[in-house]
Amino acid sequence: MKLRPLTGAHAVSEAMRQINPDVVPVYPVTPQTPIAEGFAQFKADGRVDTELVLAESEHSVMSIAIGASAAGARVMTATASQGLALMWELLPAAAGMRLPIVMNIANRALSAPLNIHCDHSDSMGAKDQSWIQMYAENPQEVYDMTLLAMKLAELVSLPAMVMQDGFITSHCVEAVEMLDDKKVKSFLGRRKATFPLLDSVNPVTYGAMQLPDSFFETKLQQINAMEEAGKQYSLIANMLTKLTKRNYDSLEKYKLTGADAVIITTSSTSGIVKVAVDNLRKKGKKVGMIKLRLFRPFPYKELAKALEKVKAVSILDRAVAYGANAPLFAETLQSLYSSVKKPKAQSCVFGLGGRDIFEEQVEKVFTELLSGKIQSLRYIK
Amino acid sequence: MTQQNNKLEKGAVVKGGTSITNKTGSWRSLRPIWDKKRCVNCMLCKIYCPEDCIPVKKGLRLETDFDFCKGCGICAQVCPVKCIKMDKEVCK
Repeated sequence: MKLRPLTGAHAVSEAMRQINPDVVPVYPVTPQTPIAEGFAQFKADGRVDTELVLAESEHSVMSIAIGASAAGARVMTATASQGLALMWELLPAAAGMRLPIVMNIANRALSAPLNIHCDHSDSMGAKDQSWIQMYAENPQEVYDMTLLAMKLAELVSLPAMVMQDGFITSHCVEAVEMLDDKKVKSFLGRRKATFPLLDSVNPVTYGAMQLPDSFFETKLQQINAMEEAGKQYSLIANMLTKLTKRNYDSLEKYKLTGADAVIITTSSTSGIVKVAVDNLRKKGKKVGMIKLRLFRPFPYKELAKALEKVKAVSILDRAVAYGANAPLFAETLQSLYSSVKKPKAQSCVFGLGGRDIFEEQVEKVFTELLSGKIQSLRYIK
Repeated sequence: MTQQNNKLEKGAVVKGGTSITNKTGSWRSLRPIWDKKRCVNCMLCKIYCPEDCIPVKKGLRLETDFDFCKGCGICAQVCPVKCIKMDKEVCK
């Protein structure tokens, strides 16, 4: 094991170097760019034999990714914000054709107003396009989850996104423990495409039309594949844990034992919430945190079980759903529907357009949860 | 909706040879009735058939392949001895 000082972005570049994908189509977009830059450097230095395709837009990037993946190649790419938005048309196509493309996202707010900083409006906008979605807290998790995503995507034939917070994670250096190149190779093996388009002996057609007589059945297969992804996630997570000694459960339960008040969140914000939990626990307050790693497929049962004994919960969303509940809050409510004892729940929207969140603000949320007088919706501004 | 999908491959991938396995005869609303006795085996119908569903063996025309005939009626139009008549297809 090597310990390396890496930004979240370069942790992805390193993971990509070790994976050595057959094809990587890219287009620059802040704050994803250092992922592609780092990988392009490896290509220039001859350390990977990937076909690096510099496309003219993200729409082309995803089109190339789909073509290459259908051909049988292992394909990776990265994007953010407007780039992801421009890819949108192709996202369900990649999933519908069951192509295991892995895409790293450095989360960034969507325009307008124009903003380059972190919130989750980009990936949350694409949450229902049949892509596996994982949210990583720090460069270490980004590195690990990129490997996990590759294995999972190829096993269930669905594309996967791995999210990290733009700038906060993507541009900040932390110590990252990397696996040996050989271990990564043996963990992932080679992709075995079921119907490679380049197999001229067994010719196939991708993307043909399906009318009302069969379209529904294809969608059912896709729904089942996503369900299967949930089961396989924990198996693959356990395999990776054996190599790294780190845990990748779909939920990270932080000091949940005996906790009355709990905050649920994703990504880098989990760090600040952990600090607040530690501060309040020292003062004898019964607080805890749940960090969600896997967002699609959503771990409804696991979350409901984790909240069984909790009295009040606040769900911190770094995205809004205009005219509806914020995405993580909405999913949490759904997972609680069949629970006998439901905790009081609060939606808490924070950090839009990259606004910082501080310990005192998180502690205030906990104080409110413990007081029992809970607003159903609040903003940390 | 008569197309049968015995095995639906994941990702709606379609294997080769579907023009043979995917029978399109059920689209037909008119059916060509061929009078074998009056046929002069000129093969005009065979040449004009857009589906190539009129088989020929040893220089003789055989019965239309109803798995693929869509009932367009071109064979009846071009037949010089008018030995093909279009009749209403009866649903089975």
